[in-house]
Amino acid sequence: MSINPNRNQVDRTALSVAFTVGLYGAAFGAAGVTAGFSILQTCLLSILLFSGASQFAVVGIMGAGGSAVSAIATATLLGFRNALYGLQMAPILKVKGLKRILAAQITIDESTGVALSQEHLGVKAARQGFWLTGIGVFIFWNIFTLAGALGAQAMGNPAAWGLDAAVPAAFLGLLWPRLINKTDRLLALAACALALAMTPYFVPGIPIISTALLALIFGLRAKIWK
Amino acid sequence: MEINLIEPFWLAVIGTSLFAFLLKITGHSVPKKWLSNPRILKINSLIPIALLSALVAVQSFTQESRIVADQRMAGVGVAVLALILRAPFPVVVISAAATSAALFHIG
Repeated sequence: MSINPNRNQVDRTALSVAFTVGLYGAAFGAAGVTAGFSILQTCLLSILLFSGASQFAVVGIMGAGGSAVSAIATATLLGFRNALYGLQMAPILKVKGLKRILAAQITIDESTGVALSQEHLGVKAARQGFWLTGIGVFIFWNIFTLAGALGAQAMGNPAAWGLDAAVPAAFLGLLWPRLINKTDRLLALAACALALAMTPYFVPGIPIISTALLALIFGLRAKIWK
Repeated sequence: MEINLIEPFWLAVIGTSLFAFLLKITGHSVPKKWLSNPRILKINSLIPIALLSALVAVQSFTQESRIVADQRMAGVGVAVLALILRAPFPVVVISAAATSAALFHIG
């Protein structure tokens, strides 16, 4: 048997990403139950929706009393990038049928990120990175979602345990690495201001999804480098 | 149109999951050039920043459509500090929760 160091490196990266990201699942499980979803519904979101930012958005909006339609619209806007990841992954994976369906379901930030970061080691390493990270995150994310949901239900009043601050802190953790330049930070502040200014006058959910317009305006004004 | 036939939380679970999967499978199935306009890519990268920021603000500073400042604000403030100090994710969340819980019990 030969030892392939590249493969070991891919495995290590994939598994450490999968485990670390899986831990976020506990925060999501707790957030889901705190927002009023049942344990079953919270776990189904992690199995079926399976996209961290979209999941947190759904429970955030429903928990604030927003409508299902605004939750669906916001989560779908956040899920659009997974379609772009699919575009990048399809020529690397070259899969059809059931395997394509499985690949699509695990096409998220992390699986695509690890795959593309291993691309310089060859297409095999990229594929390995994609599948191992995607399946690994899926497993850990769902185990920790259940643990977080059970834990939150056992706790009773969420505010007494600080869960009411843990949820926005978890959002911040997702947001922080995306704030790379001045435009990003300006957009973040503008979105906070717009959402808060709209809150007293609109039903919950509308102030959040309205900030997508800010992203559109900032995006149209931004310089594009090819 | 009446959509009370299905409970809103279930509608949210099923609706978001369905659209999320449709987006994922579309990406794997359409020609690459369809969605690779640089302007669309730029807007797409900015959308999560806007929506996640709005969620943080609404969850930290509002209660039933009112602007409020309570223990959550202190908790999120500690989270910001932890992120500036490059703390790992569990530390960020737990320090925010501990701060908020402490103030909840004092207040």
